[in-house]
Amino acid sequence: MKDFPFLSILTLLPLVGAGVVAAIPRAKAELAKLVALIWSLVVLVLSVFMWVAFTVNSSDRFQFHEKYSWIPAWGANFTFAADGIALVMLMLVAVLFPVVILASWHDVDQSRRSAPTYFALLLVFEFTMIGVFAAADVFLFYVFFEIMLIPMYFIIGSFGSGQKQYAAVKFFLYSLVGGLFMLAAVIGLWVVGGHTFDFEALVKAGQSINPDTARWLFLGFFVAFAIKAPFFPFHTWLPDSGGAAPAGAAALLVGVMDKVGTFGILRYCLPLFPEASRWFAPAALVLSVIGIIYAALLAVGQNDLKRLVSYTSIAHFGFIGIGIFAFTTQGGTGSVLYMVNHGLATGLLFIVVGMFVARRGSSLVSDFGGAGKLVPVLAGVLFFAGLASLALPGTAPFVSEFLVLIGTFSTHKAYAVIATTGIVLAAAYVLWMIQRTTQGTLNPVLDEVPAMRKDLSLREKFVVAPLIVLLLVLGFYPKPVTDVINPAVQKTLEDVGTQDPTPAVADGKAAR
Amino acid sequence: MGELKLPPIDYSALAPMLILFGVACVGVLIEVLVPRKSRNVVQLVFTLLGVVAALIVLIINRNTRIVTIGGAVAFDGPTVFLQGAILLLGAVSLLLIGERSVEAGGAFVAQAAVVVGSDKDSRQSAGQPGLTEVYPLAAFALGGMLLFVAANDLLTMFVALEVFSLPLYLLCALARRRRLLSQEAALKYFLLGSYASAFFLFGVALLYGFAGGVQLGVIHDAVADPQRSQVLLYGGLGLVAIGLLFKSALAPFHVWTPDVYQGAPTPITAFMAACTKVAAFGALLRVLYVAFEGVRWDFQPVLGTVAVLTMLLGSILAVTQTDMKRLLAYSSIANAGYLMVGVLALNPDGLSSTMFYLVAYGFSVLAAFAIVSLVRDSDGEATHLSRWAGIGRKSPLLAGVFTLILLAFAGIPLTSGFTAKFAVFGAAIDGGQTWLVIFGVVSSMLIAFPYLRVVVLMWQSEPSESTPAVSIPGFLTSAALGLGVLVTVALGLFPAPLIDLTREASQFVR
Repeated sequence: MKDFPFLSILTLLPLVGAGVVAAIPRAKAELAKLVALIWSLVVLVLSVFMWVAFTVNSSDRFQFHEKYSWIPAWGANFTFAADGIALVMLMLVAVLFPVVILASWHDVDQSRRSAPTYFALLLVFEFTMIGVFAAADVFLFYVFFEIMLIPMYFIIGSFGSGQKQYAAVKFFLYSLVGGLFMLAAVIGLWVVGGHTFDFEALVKAGQSINPDTARWLFLGFFVAFAIKAPFFPFHTWLPDSGGAAPAGAAALLVGVMDKVGTFGILRYCLPLFPEASRWFAPAALVLSVIGIIYAALLAVGQNDLKRLVSYTSIAHFGFIGIGIFAFTTQGGTGSVLYMVNHGLATGLLFIVVGMFVARRGSSLVSDFGGAGKLVPVLAGVLFFAGLASLALPGTAPFVSEFLVLIGTFSTHKAYAVIATTGIVLAAAYVLWMIQRTTQGTLNPVLDEVPAMRKDLSLREKFVVAPLIVLLLVLGFYPKPVTDVINPAVQKTLEDVGTQDPTPAVADGKAAR
Repeated sequence: MGELKLPPIDYSALAPMLILFGVACVGVLIEVLVPRKSRNVVQLVFTLLGVVAALIVLIINRNTRIVTIGGAVAFDGPTVFLQGAILLLGAVSLLLIGERSVEAGGAFVAQAAVVVGSDKDSRQSAGQPGLTEVYPLAAFALGGMLLFVAANDLLTMFVALEVFSLPLYLLCALARRRRLLSQEAALKYFLLGSYASAFFLFGVALLYGFAGGVQLGVIHDAVADPQRSQVLLYGGLGLVAIGLLFKSALAPFHVWTPDVYQGAPTPITAFMAACTKVAAFGALLRVLYVAFEGVRWDFQPVLGTVAVLTMLLGSILAVTQTDMKRLLAYSSIANAGYLMVGVLALNPDGLSSTMFYLVAYGFSVLAAFAIVSLVRDSDGEATHLSRWAGIGRKSPLLAGVFTLILLAFAGIPLTSGFTAKFAVFGAAIDGGQTWLVIFGVVSSMLIAFPYLRVVVLMWQSEPSESTPAVSIPGFLTSAALGLGVLVTVALGLFPAPLIDLTREASQFVR
C-alpha cells in the first residue's frame, strides 16, 4: 500500500471535484452542495487510508515518495512526499473541509452569487492546501504557496460581508508581498544550492552556504511565512480578512491556511538554513511573545466576534512560534500539535460564531446578550469551543500548550514565563466574550429575531460533533498524533543542529 | 579600380524576409487589382499565408548557422528563435487586424486623408469598410523586424529599424474612432522615433570611427584593443543604445509609450506591444552580447540603472492610470524593465530567459488587447477604467479570461508570466546582478496593485447603466484571444519544451 500514489491523487482529487461542482448549473445549488460534500468526504477517506499506511518511526524521513518530471532545465519536479508534520497537517485539512462545507450550507443562499461557484472555490482551496503540505520540491511548494491566494481572495471578496473588498485586497497584497520576498529567496537558494529544487538535495547543500547569504535567504522565507502565519507585526491583515470572510472560510483561513506559515518555518527555514535559524531565533521568540500578549490584549477589547476570534488566533500563533524557536523536541512537538489542535478549536469557534452571526444577522458582541436562554445547546457549544480555545485541561489544546511551555521553559525561561500570562489573558477574552453574548439577562432585541429561537439543527449537530469529539479524544489521548509528529520534529532539530538540554537526573544535581 | 565583386548570398537564410517583403509588394498591387468588397479577405488570407510560408521556410532552415551577404546578416540560434517568435506573434496580430465583425468596418479608418469631424468623417465612422493598406504595411513592418533581429552590422540594423518603424508610424494614425488622438499619437511616435533613429545613426558613425567598420564582429575585436579611442567607443555605444532603448520603451525613453498605445488602433497597439518588443530586445541582445561583450563591466551598471528606473516608473505610474490602454502601456514599460534584467545577466541563461520572456509576454499582451477591443459601447471601445466596473457580472467568461491575463502580468504561478519572471530573475542572480532582482521584486509588488484593482473592479463592483455590453467576438478575435490564453496557461503549466528550445537557440555567431 505504500507504493500507492496517495499524495498526487489526494492533491488532484479536489481540483477535479471543483471542476465538477463548477459545472453544475446555478439553479441546482443543492446538488452542487451535495457533490462538494461527498467529494470532500472521499478525500477524507483517502487520507485516512494514507494515515494507516504511514509507518511511524520508519528510517525514512519522508514517505510516499512521488516524483514526476516537470521543468528539467531548472531541476524542478512534481515531487510529493510527507513526513509526520506534513501528514498531520494533511489530516487536518481533510477533516476540516467536509465540516466547513457542511457548515457553509446556507451561507450563500441569500447571496446573489452562485452557490456552485462558492463550493467549487472551496474545493480549489482544498487542492492548494493539500498541494502546499504535500510538496517536497521548493519550486512546487512556492507555486502552491502563491496560488492559494486566488481562491481565498475570491471567497472573501465575492462572498464575504462588511468591508469585504478592502479585506480581500489587503489579504492579497500582504500575502503577495510575502510571496515575492520568498520568490527572491527561492531563486537565490536555487543559484547557491546548485540549480536544483529538490528538498533533500537543498538541505545537504544548505550546510555549505555562506552564512551571510543564508541569513538573507532565511529572511526572505521567514518574512513570507511570518506574514502568512501571521506573526506580529505582520498580522494586521488577519482580523480584517477573518472579519469579512464567510464564517466557514474564516475557519479555513485560520484553521489551515495560516498553518502554512508555521509549517513553512519548520519545513524550510530550519532545515535549509540551520545557522541562520539559530541566529534569528531570539528575534523570532521576541516577536512571538509580543504577538501573544499584544493580540490577546486586543482580543479582549474587540466588539466584533469574528475579529475577536481572529485576534485570539494571532495570540495562539505566538505560542506556536515560541515552541518552534525554543529548539527543543517538546517545544517543537508541542507546536505541531498546537497547529492541529488550533485548527480544530479555532475552526470550531469560528463555525459556532458563524452560526450565531447567521441567526442574529450581526457579528457585534453588543447585539447579543443572554442568548443562552434562547439557544441553550448552541451556547453550550460556544462555551466548549471557547474553553478549548483557552486550552482548558481535558481539551486538546491544553496538551499542546503545555508541551510548548515546558519545552520553552527548559531553554528560554523568561519567554516561557511571559508567555504564560497569555493564558490568563486568553481566559479573560474567551470568558468575557461568552459572558457578554450568552449569559446574563436576555437582550430584548434578541427575542424579536425569529432565527434566534432556532437551536442547532441536525445538520449543525453533524458539523460540530466531529470537532468536539476530536478535541476531547486528543485532549485525553494525544499519543497517536504525537507519535507521528515526534520523529519528524527530532529530525528537523537535528538539521538545525540543536540538542535538547540534558534532563536533570536524580544524582543530587538539582533541576536547572 | 578593381572589379566589383558581389559577396556570396545564402538565399535560404534570407528567404523569410524576402517572402514578407514580396508579400508586402504584392499586397500593394492587390489594393489596385482586387475589388473593394473582397479586398479585406484576400489581403488577410494572402498576408497570413505569407507569414506562414516564411515560418515554414524558417523552420526548414532552423539548423543553419551562417553569416551572409558580406557579414550584413547573421543567421544563428537567436535569429531563428526571434524570427519565429515575431512571425508567430505577427500572425496572431494579423488576426486581430483582420477583425471586421466586432465593429462595422473594423478598427481602421476608411480613408486616412479625411478631415477629422467633417461629414465625410462621420460617414466613414458609421461603418464604411476600413482601409486594407494595413496589411502590406504590417507585412513591411514584420519583414523589417525579421531583418532587425538578424542584422549583423549596424548599418543593416539601421535600415531595418527604419523599414519596420515607418509602417508603424502610419499604422498608428489609422484609428477609425478618436482620430485626432490617433493622429497625435502617430505624430508623436514619428517625431520621437526620428530623433531616436538619428541618435542611433550618429552612434553608428562614432563606432565606425572607433572600429573602422560597422560589423558587430569588427567592433567586438576593436573593443578588445586598448589603443583605440575610448571616447568614440562610449559615445557610440551610448547613442546606439538610446536608439534601441527608445524602441524597447525603456526609461527615460519611454514617454511615447502610453500616448501611442492609447491613440493607436487597438490591433496595432497589440502588434507593437508584442512584435516590436521582440524585435527591439532581439537587436539589443545582439548588440550587447556580440559587439560590446568586452566592455560589459562599463555598461552593466548604467543599463542596470535604466532597468531599475524603468521597472519603478512603469509600476508606479501604472497605479495612477484610469485608462485601460494606458495602464497596459505602463505595464508594458515595467515588463520591458524585467526583460532588461534578463538581458543584463549577460550569460547564456540571460539570453534564453529573455527570449522566453518575450514569447510569454507577447502572447499574453495580445490576449489583453484583444479583450480591450471587445469591451465597447456605441462610441467605440470603452477604455476608461470606471466603465469596466461590474463587467464580471455581465460577461463572466471575458472577465475570467482577463483576470487570468492580469494574474499572468502580476506573475502568479501557473501562468507564463511567473515562469518568465522566474527565468529572468534566476539568470540575473546567476549573473551576479542581485540588486536588479531586488528592485524587480519591489516593482512587482507595486504593480500588483493596479492589476488587482482591475480585478476588483470587474468582479466586485455592481454593474451600472454605463457598463458597456461586451461584443461577441468574431472568429478572428476569438482565435487570437484563444491562442493568447492557451499559450499563457501552457507556458505556466508546462514550460519545459520552450525553455529547452530557448536554451538550444542561445548561441550567437560572430
